[in-house]
Amino acid sequence: MAMKREISVTVNGQQHHSSVEPRMLLVHYLREELDLTGTHIGCDTSQCGACTVLVNGESVKACTVFAVQADGSEITTIEGLAPEGSLHPIQEGFWEKHGLQCGFCTPGMIMTAYNLLKNNPHPTEAEIREALKGNICRCTGYQNIVRAVQFAAERMSETVSEPVGAGE
Amino acid sequence: MGIAAMLGTPIKRREDPRLITGQATYVDDIKLHGMLHMSVVRSPYGHARINSINTEAARKLPGVVAVYTAEDLKGTVGVVPVAVPVGHIAEGMGVRMPLAEGKVRFYGDPVAVVIADDRYTARDARDLIDVDYEPLAAAIDIEKAMQPGAPLLYEEFGTNVALSSHPSSEDIDKVIEQTKADGGVVIKSRFVNQRLAPAPMETRGVVAQFTKSDKKLTVWSSSQIPHLLRNLLASQLGLPQHQVHVIVPEVGGGFGCKLNVYPEEMVASFAAMKLGHPVKWIEDRSENLAVTIHGRDQVDYIEVAATKEGKVTALKIHGISDLGAYSQIFTDVIMIAFGFPVSCGAYDIPNLLLSFDLVFTNKVPTDAYRGAGRPEATYVAERAIDLVARELGKDPAEVRRLNFVQPDQFPYKSAAGAVYDTGNYEAALDKALEIAGYTELRAEQARRRANGGNKLMGIGLSSYIEICGFGPKGSAPVGLYESARMRVEQSGTVMVYSGSSPHGQGEETTFAQIVAEEFGIPVDQVIIAHGDTDSTPEGRGTYGSRTTAVGGSAVYTAAQRLKEKMKQIASHMLEASAEDITLEDGKFSVTGSPQKSVTFGEVALTANLSNTLHSSIEPGLETTVFWEPEACVFPFGTHICVVEVDKDTGEAEIVRYIAVDDCGRQLNPMLVEGQVHGGIAQGVGQAMFEGVEYAEDGQLLTSSLMDYAMPLAYSLPSYELDSTVTLTTVNPLGVKGVGEAGTIGSTPAVSNAIADALGVAHLDMPYKSEKLWKVIHKQ
Repeated sequence: MAMKREISVTVNGQQHHSSVEPRMLLVHYLREELDLTGTHIGCDTSQCGACTVLVNGESVKACTVFAVQADGSEITTIEGLAPEGSLHPIQEGFWEKHGLQCGFCTPGMIMTAYNLLKNNPHPTEAEIREALKGNICRCTGYQNIVRAVQFAAERMSETVSEPVGAGE
Repeated sequence: MGIAAMLGTPIKRREDPRLITGQATYVDDIKLHGMLHMSVVRSPYGHARINSINTEAARKLPGVVAVYTAEDLKGTVGVVPVAVPVGHIAEGMGVRMPLAEGKVRFYGDPVAVVIADDRYTARDARDLIDVDYEPLAAAIDIEKAMQPGAPLLYEEFGTNVALSSHPSSEDIDKVIEQTKADGGVVIKSRFVNQRLAPAPMETRGVVAQFTKSDKKLTVWSSSQIPHLLRNLLASQLGLPQHQVHVIVPEVGGGFGCKLNVYPEEMVASFAAMKLGHPVKWIEDRSENLAVTIHGRDQVDYIEVAATKEGKVTALKIHGISDLGAYSQIFTDVIMIAFGFPVSCGAYDIPNLLLSFDLVFTNKVPTDAYRGAGRPEATYVAERAIDLVARELGKDPAEVRRLNFVQPDQFPYKSAAGAVYDTGNYEAALDKALEIAGYTELRAEQARRRANGGNKLMGIGLSSYIEICGFGPKGSAPVGLYESARMRVEQSGTVMVYSGSSPHGQGEETTFAQIVAEEFGIPVDQVIIAHGDTDSTPEGRGTYGSRTTAVGGSAVYTAAQRLKEKMKQIASHMLEASAEDITLEDGKFSVTGSPQKSVTFGEVALTANLSNTLHSSIEPGLETTVFWEPEACVFPFGTHICVVEVDKDTGEAEIVRYIAVDDCGRQLNPMLVEGQVHGGIAQGVGQAMFEGVEYAEDGQLLTSSLMDYAMPLAYSLPSYELDSTVTLTTVNPLGVKGVGEAGTIGSTPAVSNAIADALGVAHLDMPYKSEKLWKVIHKQ
């Protein structure tokens, strides 16, 4: 077992100091060390996107990052997307439009959608589908996910919301 | 939430708040004190003898607690269960211990397990286990596997064929001859339904815990069948049923592959019992693609005869089912018990002959995957009809219309055996044709063909039926009833404990809608619980599009029973006779005197507190229902797929997809649509992108999601959906299933569209660009 390294990360606005093996994946760190199990693992080759979180405001597949690489960064997981008891418009969209069935791909889907709408607040259907090509869903056939993102885009152009610890 | 009519309303799901906030608990989210982690050593060969297993180095690694092989399980753990062993399988062929003994028979076959303090150590130790294999030639191609001289998986049986049936074709051949003599057509073809990986986004996983004080085994598993799993684990581990407690947490998709009992569930349970610590095993995606059951893998040889008008007179089907290396729970009967009975599809075919071979090969076992036998059967019927249309130069829509079972023929006994409940196939066809603008589409196609151009346009139909809502007595080795225990609490909340086990289908919402409608109370006042074998009555789980039809009927019946009792109670409270009491909008009142009423809540309180309850009535408001259907139900519909194939690249694109589906009454139209969307995606996935591939030596080539092509957001079209509603008479709700219908209907629609685009009689799936390019440029 390799020597552990000290890392310091801010997750959903809270600072954490931890000792981790260099090979520990960020997704395992979040799920096992910090008990933030909303981020899921769906594959082992970076295909599926179920592990998508925000690192310094950008969407990142947490299975493809080592925890040590995230030292010093600000991370937002699904649990930190909206303050306790409220929903981000993207979450609302998924609920309104039946954009989920089993829910396993959903946190990652939502975090990628967050990134899309940050960079492109009024995406076309084709742009939404293109942006979500790194997030695999087996249940919905994607149509209602597209509708959910469109709902969120409309809702967000009416209001502004800031996730906890989203960085820039 | 209001108390207006609940059923048929597309309300938002009750499940979603916990799922969209990351608060739901899937099996890998479970952490128990002292929990250990299991990893599995698996065969890298498709077929090999095991000479020795050296576990020394692994055992010595700090953090490793135990290593087990088949030897350690002997006498304690039974075989991996097979529900209906047929042919040689009943003699032991294809039945195995959870860890391989003597031989491995597919890439990924489990050989040993390591139990360690943490996930990473368990993986490190796995790599230290040294297995001495003697590789053997593998039987991969199913038709070659049937030939004499093929490598044998079970030498003692002298063959790879578990069971064959080749009845005489003398009678049907006469019909075919006559049809030909009368100026009709006879077409032969061969269809392949390729092997698929179900690949739910959540892989499998299990946490097992054994408490020594009460000798109780608790198992959390990502499963579709809590009660069946409980019963089978109990029997295979030698425990009394009441000492096994299965809890199904949130499940991230199943699609049939989690309707099973797997080696890892059995071995993790064994390890927990031996070690006195909870044991967790979570499947990798690479493992999942290699060792979770695969779907389909069936070859069909067909011969279809039709009059010159296009009326089918005879259909011969020879089906070869690739079982893989072992039988899991339904491996051997998927084709013959689930698919064969609906071989005639939506068509009134008077003469049918079914023959088959069930064959073992060095691949992972096949079993139920969304449709389970019915997609393959529907594919045969839909391709056969198109072949007839093509041969006669007739419109495939009209040939379908000519052959449909007519509305006045229901209940309809098919030559294939199934008795269809209700249907109106022509209505669905007409609606789909209208939405598609079919006449215009064919005109457009003709124009394009005349003008040339770079894109080949194809239009494909599929007028499918399917059989679901399992099932009536005798349709399976154990009765497939479903259960519901319903309790109206003193608060007026209605608790429902269902034996169903939904994993994304939304029954926490639709079951609540059923109850809310029956009692006239807000849907938020109804709570649906499922998945825990200690709190739910004996159930059968979620698969085969049965949860609403069978589970929902149990819920409905329970609500009826409690409604009657509440009327009794109300009648005493209102000093009227029970026949004069009506329940409306959550109020019990005397018919004709609405001002004399008591609320649902007041009756619930009275029943539970009992002091003011009439002495002739038993206190409490709780009932358990076991509801068994007398027959299966038959959803149907017509799908129309429009494709464009690029001549230069062979790339195919679905430019329009129309689906008109009939699942009987729709309890929540939004959820019905969701099931159709997802079903179509998987059916299109089979047609366009997916396919498990093994090398000739048994190496799995599609071993990660880099190689196994799942449909992605940008590779699927938007679907145009509509429906017809033809109620079933089989259950009080009038509902049929819809979970699998989209998948069953879509695969043939795409296949027919591609054949139409390319102008060929048939082309096997998947329709990758290289394959299409070759066909285009051969001509």
